[in-house]
Parts: sequence; C-alpha cells; structure tokens
Amino acid sequence: MKLLDLQRRMARAVMTPLTSSKRMRRVAPDGRSMRGVANQIIKPNDRLTSVERLEIYNRQYWFRVLAAFAEDFPGVRAVLGGRRFDVMARAYLIDCPSRSFTLRNLGSRLVTWLQKHPAWAGERQNLAVDMARLEWADIEAFDGLREPSLKPEDLAGANPAKLRLRLQPYVSLLALRYPVDELLREVRKDSDDLDVASNTFNERHKRKRVTAVAKLEPSPIFLAVHRLDEDVYFRRLDREEFAILSALHADKSLNAAMNSALRGSSIGLADRAAHVEKWFHTWSALGWFCRPQKYVVTFQAQTESCGRAKIYE
Amino acid sequence: MPANRFNGHTDYGIGIGLRSPHYHHILTRKPVVDWFEIISENFMIDGGRPLRILDQILEQYKVVQHGVSMYFGSAERPNREHLRRLKTLVQRTKTPWLSDHLCWGSVDGRYTHDLLPMPYTFEAARITAQKIREVRDFIEIPVAVENVSSYAEFHVSEMTEWEFLNEVAERADCGILLDVNNIYVSSQNHSFNPFTYVNSVPAERVAQIHIAGHSKYRKYILDTHDHPVIDPVWKLYARAVERVGHTATLLEWDDSIPSFDEVHDEALKANRFLASASLATAV
Repeated sequence: MKLLDLQRRMARAVMTPLTSSKRMRRVAPDGRSMRGVANQIIKPNDRLTSVERLEIYNRQYWFRVLAAFAEDFPGVRAVLGGRRFDVMARAYLIDCPSRSFTLRNLGSRLVTWLQKHPAWAGERQNLAVDMARLEWADIEAFDGLREPSLKPEDLAGANPAKLRLRLQPYVSLLALRYPVDELLREVRKDSDDLDVASNTFNERHKRKRVTAVAKLEPSPIFLAVHRLDEDVYFRRLDREEFAILSALHADKSLNAAMNSALRGSSIGLADRAAHVEKWFHTWSALGWFCRPQKYVVTFQAQTESCGRAKIYE
Repeated sequence: MPANRFNGHTDYGIGIGLRSPHYHHILTRKPVVDWFEIISENFMIDGGRPLRILDQILEQYKVVQHGVSMYFGSAERPNREHLRRLKTLVQRTKTPWLSDHLCWGSVDGRYTHDLLPMPYTFEAARITAQKIREVRDFIEIPVAVENVSSYAEFHVSEMTEWEFLNEVAERADCGILLDVNNIYVSSQNHSFNPFTYVNSVPAERVAQIHIAGHSKYRKYILDTHDHPVIDPVWKLYARAVERVGHTATLLEWDDSIPSFDEVHDEALKANRFLASASLATAV
C-alpha cells in the first residue's frame, strides 16, 4: 500500500465521528466497517486489537478539535446550551474539517456554515450567528496584523475629495441584530468566576447566564472589534460612525464616505461637524487608521502582507 | 555531541517549554533559565500579545523553535503559507535550529492536528526525507526530526522505528531530536526494548533531547506531558547522554501545568546525568 493511500484511509477513519458514548463507530457513515479498515492497515498487539488501536487516534482527534472549538466559542455555547452546542460543533467539524496548520482557524467558517444550516441553532439562529461573528472577530483582533498608524503629518495638504484611509487589519466592523457584546462579557465573567467559586455560586451564575440569554431581545447595534495595548475591545459605534468607517473600508474617499454616511442622518446639520471631529479624534487616538501606502512600502515588503480590516453587515 | 552542525554549533543546557501560565512569572521574576522552547505555531501570527510577549522573552533568553504541524511524513507537499510564516518567525527568534516531528497529520489539505505514526517503509522514508530537505532549504537553518509516541503499528512497515528514523535522518542529512519519553511510551505500547532504540540512534546527529511525563492506562501508555518524568525515562536519558554527550535538553509539560519553579526544578534534575556525561567526556 502506497503512503498516500494509507494516509487517506487512516485519516478518513480518524476523522469519522464518534458514537454518542464517545467511542469509535462500528460502521463509518459511508458503510465501511471500521474493523475492516483497521484490520487492513493496523497490526494488533497482545493487549489491543487493530480497531482498538485505531480508536485511540479516532477519540484523540475528536476530543482535541471539539475542545479547541468550544474554547473559541463560549458565547455560542451559552446561546445554544451545552448539549445543543456539542451536537452543532460535531456537525460543523464534519462539514468543515480543519484546512489550516493551526487550530486557531478552526472556526473560520462557522458564521457562513451557521447561516447555511439554520436547523442547528433552531430559534436562536440569528442570535447564534451574531455571537459567532463577534467571537470570530475577537480571534481576528487578538492576533491580526498592526500596520504603522496614521500620523497627523501624513494628512498635511491632503485633498479630502481624494484622500482614502485604510483601517487596521485587526479591526472588524459588525452590524449586529442583538447586543451580543454584553452577553459575551457576561459569559466570560462567568467563566472567570467558575475558576474560583463554590458549586453553589457556580449554579447561581449558570442560572443568571441562562436568564440573560433567554431575555436577550433583538436590538441592533454597530460594533468595532479592535485591539488596544494588545487587549481586545468591543466598541459600540453610532450608526453614522459605522457608515463612515464602512465606506472608508470600501475604499471610498473621505468626502464620499462622509456624504453617504450622513445622508439622511438624524444628527442636525449644525451638530455634524462636532460629531465628525469627535469621531475622528477617537479613531485616531485608538490607532485605527493605517499610514498611507507610500509610507509603508518597506514595512509591507518585510511582512509580505497587506491585510485588510473586515466589515460584516 | 554538545555542539554540532544539527544544532547550529550551540552548546545549550537545560531548557523548558515556554507556556502561557508562566509568562507573568518569567517576565516579572526573570528566573535564570538556559533556554526556552516555543511551539512555533503559537507565534506564526501577524501580531498581538503573543508576539509582544515573545519579543520580551527574546530580549532576555535564548529561544528554540519546535513545531507540531509541519508533518514531514505527510505525502502531500509542504504548505507554502506555513513555510512562509515559519521563516518569518525564524528570522524573529534567530533560533539556531528548528525541530518538528517524524510523523504525518494531514492529507488532501485536511489537518488532524495529531502526530500520527508513520508506516516504516522505504517509500515513506524517501518522501519524508525529501520534505525535510525542502523545508530546510527554505528555512535556511538546521532541522531536527523528533521521534513520536505511537499507539499503532502498520502491516506495511518494512523496518523498526529506529531503523526508519536513521534512514530518514541519513537521506535528509538532518539532525535528530531524541525524545526519550516517546521512546519509552512506544516501547511499552509496542513491546520493544527502549535501550535498543537509544543505542541505535546515530549519536553524531542528535541535536537535542526531550524529556517528559506520560499517563499510564490499563492497556497502553499515552504521551500526555502532564506528569513528572518517571525513573525508567531518566534511565533512558542517562543512557542517551552517555552516548551523545552534554546535549541541549528540554522538559515538556503541556497539561495540568504546575508552577514555573516546579517545572524548572523537574527539568534541572537532568543536570546530574549531564554532569556525568561531561565528566566522562573530560576523562
């Protein structure tokens, strides 16, 4: 048997879902007998049959990927509940096995997958999708590229009609149907407390979290997920702020971004300048804008990367 | 072989794995440690806190990179994105050598994130050696391959594990990261004499040694890196350093991680064997 053939057979077996009691299946979903597969490629020893030896790898695979996935999406777990989340996670990982050398990217397709497969989240589909978007943005913000930040002198003499500003690659802009940022903070606080608390205390907090999820009503928010001093933050944005940043991300000029974002705004004409000034001051202070390309040629050559901020509506 | 061409002619002592529960202790207390081993994949990212911490560590300590997903033994070609990120990190850490496992874990672009055992065939040795050469040529530093713990053996194997390791190392002209805990674990799972393995490894190729703890189950042993090193593994280590000399040694502790001092103290137990090896060399 050639190496590639053996590896394909073993990988298929290793990645076959476990039974509900977390053991290897007798029959693979495609009808193959797992015992037959194991006997064909793996030697038994004096303590374990071929299939028992294969099962060690089968179980290790699922324990590893499920644990990594659950670690990345505690918010989605809180929304769906533990049992439903586990079933959903298995289904997701069957459909979307890792295609990256790093487990960090395991959940990269969750949002799209959840949108295509609403049955897994049931009535909480929209809430689950919002939470998955927030948690994936959080992962991206945690270790995304930081390019040199825009400096005031970079704007000297710039023509607003032509000026294009780029957002840092680690910044994600999210238009969400639910205030999931608050819920995720609560979930994280809850798991921090779990490390030190008594069982009674834990139960009380679990009930509180369940109540929080159950009561969460749709209430659209605009959010920037970003990083400051290497900590990830969720920053609520005004509708107009979100619109300006989104337009800039879409490579519109500063003037065009402002015009389209403020068209039809409820902010009175007299107040707009003050708002815009305040927003730009905040965004600049947070370092959200990258220096124009002409200043970062060397930097990009070094990193061979030109990441873009993400925008999700 | 304290310093050889497979470890960049360095003479490192006893190191421990750099793990996040110890970051604060290391950065605030600045303990004396010969070197740290990092898991490359944890830092093959574009930015953020992990890289900032790594840079702080690099200011004070020697760091060596150890990978877990290059999968030298996978039949598919190396992933270019993986190689590019790995090289960027190598340039950052200035690691004198780089190690990864003699195993496979991906096929047709799908990753198991496990260290799956190789079939010990000449075809597999040829493919694996070719891949090691490709990686080394791209990364431009010495590469050492580590023997893994395994729980299965294949019908198609044509040689023993140590013969396979030697075959690959010779064909690739690469170094060996000799994991004596893995040898012990596999010897128990596959009923061979671990000293035969240690005695068969070409001493001149050993760039580094790993020690670790494991978990014993009723019918097999699992390589869990969550316990102190047991005596039979120390005995294997003693034999290894007797053969290869005062070689860079690293304690792996990846789960149920105790305090920094406890991990470091466990690693420093290797000193008594290294001292004997140095004495023997001097005599």
